[in-house]
Amino acid sequence: MNEDIYVLIEHLQGEVAEISYIMLAAARDLAQRTSGEVIGVLLGHDAQDLTSTLAADHIIYADHAALAEFTADAYQKTVASLIQENEPSAFLFGNTSIGADVASVLSARLSLPLVSSCVQISNGKLISQICGGKIMAESDLAETTTLVTIIPGGYKAEEGQSEKSPEIKSFNAPALDDLRVTLKKYVEPEAGDVNISKEAILVSIGRGIQTEDNIELAEELAEFLGATVCASRPIVDQGWLPISRMVGKSGQSVKPKLYLALGISGAPEHVEGMAESEMIIAVNMDPNAPIFDIATYGVEFDFFDLIDPLLEQLEEIE
Amino acid sequence: MANIVAIVKMVPDLVEELEINDEGTGLDRDWLRLIINEFDNHAIEQAILLKEREGGEVTVIAPETEGVEDMLFTTAAKGADRMIKLAGDFEEGVNNHALAHAFAETAKNHQPDLILTGVQANDDLDGPVGPLVAEYLGMPYIGYISGVTLEEGRAIVRKEYPGGLIGEMEVTLPAVLGIQAGEEPPRYVAISKVRQMMKTAEIAEAEISELDFSGGISAKRMYLPEAAERAEMIEGDEEEIAAKLISIFKEAGAL
Ligand SMILES: Cc1cc2nc3c(=O)[nH]c(=O)nc-3n(C[C@H](O)[C@H](O)[C@H](O)COP(=O)(O)OP(=O)(O)OC[C@H]3O[C@@H](n4cnc5c(N)ncnc54)[C@H](O)[C@@H]3O)c2cc1C
Ligand SMILES: Nc1ncnc2c1ncn2[C@@H]1O[C@H](COP(=O)(O)O)[C@@H](O)[C@H]1O
Repeated sequence: MNEDIYVLIEHLQGEVAEISYIMLAAARDLAQRTSGEVIGVLLGHDAQDLTSTLAADHIIYADHAALAEFTADAYQKTVASLIQENEPSAFLFGNTSIGADVASVLSARLSLPLVSSCVQISNGKLISQICGGKIMAESDLAETTTLVTIIPGGYKAEEGQSEKSPEIKSFNAPALDDLRVTLKKYVEPEAGDVNISKEAILVSIGRGIQTEDNIELAEELAEFLGATVCASRPIVDQGWLPISRMVGKSGQSVKPKLYLALGISGAPEHVEGMAESEMIIAVNMDPNAPIFDIATYGVEFDFFDLIDPLLEQLEEIE
Repeated sequence: MANIVAIVKMVPDLVEELEINDEGTGLDRDWLRLIINEFDNHAIEQAILLKEREGGEVTVIAPETEGVEDMLFTTAAKGADRMIKLAGDFEEGVNNHALAHAFAETAKNHQPDLILTGVQANDDLDGPVGPLVAEYLGMPYIGYISGVTLEEGRAIVRKEYPGGLIGEMEVTLPAVLGIQAGEEPPRYVAISKVRQMMKTAEIAEAEISELDFSGGISAKRMYLPEAAERAEMIEGDEEEIAAKLISIFKEAGAL
């Protein structure tokens, strides 16, 4: 095994995903510990140009028509052959639609340990965030290549960006035939009535709102504030609001002047999409809700006890 | 006709206060309240929707932990045909590698066309269980799925990417899918129907040869997050809080 830290560079439809830069920053922290290099691994087809902003010591690039867009089988085979050949100290993947499908399968295929949901490297230790952000778990690198999936929160994308293009070394992808998974097409999201990523004030509701009818209360409040109503994933999965209103990892990233989080616990997947808001006010009955760790102002209170007095006072001052 | 297996597990209910055990290496399980993993619930819904559409059978497999029987009877009330409880020492918490070996061993006997599971669970530390099961069974895996159509020998699935982008993928069967959201929200069943199942339905038990933890990792230390900077908490009764909020809204230019 060598000391280097490898990072699977994620890209989608010709753009490097932000998690790639975050991983490069995390990899730098780890590499300082192992005294190794940070090596970006790019799988693609005619994709060299994607490397120009990556803060890596060098890039290993596998070019193959079957790697043009992500599919699980082709990525797994290529990364497996690279790990077997080079045996890095650790291989970082995004805990994402791309990285998670590769890392776990390879943990089983190559019998390598996997640490998931790592948010920060601290003194060479991998710090993971589990249980919706309510528990931290600390793990060590193993004696063999450790596979790690990374979630945002611990590093800024800028820390993994560089002005200077890294050197590219090419790697021959293994035979990529008999693939069991193929991409048919991308389906673009339907545009919603509003683009929440452009709104200055957002009233965001979570499972704490309890029923579809109660959304009206959030809408009344939003009207006073000139705000738009958005939501966490469970509200959208219930069919109560359209997907265009979803904030977070699988929804939109928002950065409003004011983000009012009502009955939202602050799971990492939600926080990922709203942590950069200028001001966050969180209303939640649970004093341990992780949302209070990132909010500017917190209200530990039952939303349903607070909403009527709040609406009444707003009515009065109007 | 499709033979569908849903593999599901119970996870800590995050609404409850979580505590760390005396060794500082895991959750204190004495007081833990367990509920079905949210995304497993979506996997069950997707399995039943497929059965209703295509015919076939749905088998639900879950490790034996507190509350698992009520959960399995609930899936029966929703329309699952067969419920299997993995008998083993799961109560203390096992890593997903060990669990996946057990799932794979049991699922194999049912010759599934499709294995569905939640894309991840809140207590996963060594990765989600679905891709591990897939690899142990030599099947392809795709996660982050929010829609499944079955065709002859293959499935067309909707894979979610950030921002609502969907990758429409084709996968050969048998396969394992990590479900992010079913095509419909998980259905609600009346308690009376669940009670009826408790009387009429049967939960089978599968003995697991031995738990195999290899490849999994166990945390050196677990702890509650130390908040670096916590929110400034607004105190008072509801009228006072409302008044303070309004002045903050004004300050922020929202009023
Ligand atoms: C791959 C993947 C992608 C995901 N993508 C996203 C995403 O893009 N966006 C997203 O939001 N989630 C996403 N999730 C889901 C995420 O993990 C959480 O499950 C989700 O964010 C929880 O939503 P919530 O906070 O509304 O609900 P919960 O976590 O259930 O929290 C509800 C909160 O409301 C509080 N509450 C209850 N009643 C009241 C009351 N009366 N007054 C005040 N407070 C109350 C409770 O204390 C609790 O903290 C994703 C998950 C996965 C696995
Ligand atoms: N013997 C073990 N080996 C590896 N992982 C374990 C083991 N026991 C528990 N775990 C995992 O460690 C975490 C905490 O478990 P627990 O201490 O039971 O709360 C969970 O993710 C378990 O899956």
